[in-house]
Amino acid sequence: MLSVHDVRKTFFAGTVNERVALNGVSLTVDEGDFVTVIGSNGAGKSTLLNTVSGTIIPDSGEIRVGERDVTRLPEHRKARWISRVFQDPMKGSSPTLTIEQNMAIAQRRGRSRGLSRGVTRARRQEFTEELKTLELGLENRLGAKVGLLSGGQRQALSLLMATFSAPEILLLDEHTAALDPQRAHHVTEITERIVNERNLTTLMVTHNMEQALRLGNRLIMMHEGRILFELDAEQKAEATVADLLAEFRKLQTVAGEPALDDATLLETARSAEPVADPSRGVTGGASTGGSSAAGVAPEGQ
Amino acid sequence: MIAGIELGLIYAVMALGVYLTFRVLDFPDLTVDQSFTSGAASAAMVILHGGSPWIATVVGFVVGGLAGLITALLHTKARINGLLAGILTMTALYSVNLRVMGGKANLALLREDTVFTPLREAGLQGTVTGVLLLLAGVVLVKLVLDWFLYTDAGLAMQATGDNPDMIRSFGVNTDGQKILGLCLSNALVGLSGALIAQYQGFADIGMGIGMIVVGLASVILGQGIFGSRTVVVATLAVILGSVLYRLVITVALQAGLNPSDMKLISAVLVVLALVLPQLSVFKRWKRRRTLRAAQEVQADVSSSTEHPVTAAIAVPSARRRA
Repeated sequence: MLSVHDVRKTFFAGTVNERVALNGVSLTVDEGDFVTVIGSNGAGKSTLLNTVSGTIIPDSGEIRVGERDVTRLPEHRKARWISRVFQDPMKGSSPTLTIEQNMAIAQRRGRSRGLSRGVTRARRQEFTEELKTLELGLENRLGAKVGLLSGGQRQALSLLMATFSAPEILLLDEHTAALDPQRAHHVTEITERIVNERNLTTLMVTHNMEQALRLGNRLIMMHEGRILFELDAEQKAEATVADLLAEFRKLQTVAGEPALDDATLLETARSAEPVADPSRGVTGGASTGGSSAAGVAPEGQ
Repeated sequence: MIAGIELGLIYAVMALGVYLTFRVLDFPDLTVDQSFTSGAASAAMVILHGGSPWIATVVGFVVGGLAGLITALLHTKARINGLLAGILTMTALYSVNLRVMGGKANLALLREDTVFTPLREAGLQGTVTGVLLLLAGVVLVKLVLDWFLYTDAGLAMQATGDNPDMIRSFGVNTDGQKILGLCLSNALVGLSGALIAQYQGFADIGMGIGMIVVGLASVILGQGIFGSRTVVVATLAVILGSVLYRLVITVALQAGLNPSDMKLISAVLVVLALVLPQLSVFKRWKRRRTLRAAQEVQADVSSSTEHPVTAAIAVPSARRRA
């Protein structure tokens, strides 16, 4: 379905700030796969997602959707097959337009937009049915401006907008990271349900190891622009957050220097469960202020 | 007074163009200053060469659109900053307009047939009926614009100004939308210029100077007073703003100010319209309004469902953002 072959991308090439973001990444995602992507900051997770979506054009390598070579297509031309949800809840919908107008825009994803009316009675009926599946009551306020919704509502709406027109590939870029733990949890639930119900081929970047393990059927871990290792469905079912942390710690010995600072580790260890027991507070690195961090703290720092 | 309203209605077509770029596309387009003159100059030349005034008006519309196209291409293809692209086009057009006018700074149309001649001959110009006829014409333009902004293409244009990242991810070429919007906007400005030239009986090389400020004054004044909740309300507010602006000018002239002071008054009016809403009294009122709207939405949303997710996701952030 989606194949990424030896994709490379260097930012600020030839300057002192030169940074290799993707260093020969290859990945094949089959139809119906739900791949979660983890890695420390700067590992290239978001760059990978952005090259697939077309926001960033890679320096070399090849990206295919099915049989089509889409490597150099700009974002708006890839939208026919690829749909995405941004990290920022404000980015996925148009605030001055109404819920139904946003849905109308999303419905014509990747198709030509002519002079027929955006919101018709028939379409409104369809939007109502779709919005009902969110169970957020948004179907009662089709005419409300999206800017009046909360972050969680907007992100759930973005998710629906990205998926209800049946994309071939869904990209999720830390789409729960900007929400507070409770709302993040609910948006994660909705994500899981939508992806399963519609059997969407999905690539999800996350900072949250627990979420990365719980969702999807495959997991890849990136580091310094490469895919470090991959877990298939069976391995993934058995892996724990502690195992992943151990992998992160291994990086330090390989690199001969700390690959991750405390803050990154804590961020990575942040749990999806919003019901974190406050008594199991975070040991060390209180500077992250991770109120939602469960008791997984880095050892041997 | 009636003359002020008539002028206000014709200038409203220009203000609708400014609304399209300034508000819908969120693009500060300074081309307006000269595309207005371009529309007037080209229409005047068509009339002076014996063309039908209606054709002349259409030519003004098209020429204005071409001026917008140049700015749009400079911005989207040559990657020049939008403000600068407008200034460059505007500067270049001054020379072009002089060429169009055959090197003369002023073209008189007093003896020619214009689209307003039938009105004048029927003795309707300056009467309530005349105003109503003009109003009907402007409202027609408004309705077409409203209709367009509610189509699939129009929604994409609104989203381009509102959230370009989002609309790109849904497969819309934002550059294309900007090109279309700038063409349409300046076409309306050119149309307005063509009509003004015919209404006042001459085209002048300096008639467009400061036009962007007049347009902004109409948009900001109108929407400040009459609101901009939906496109239908917003465009109506622009028309009323334009008429209101002309009435303020008329009153200022009657109070003894010189016509040459009008640019100063326009600028001061825009400054006032921009500054007044920041005063605490207005701010508090506006905040209350936003808060109430957000609460209404949340109330409707949560009362309708008992699912636990709703309650959790919905509640307090609307209050925070308001």
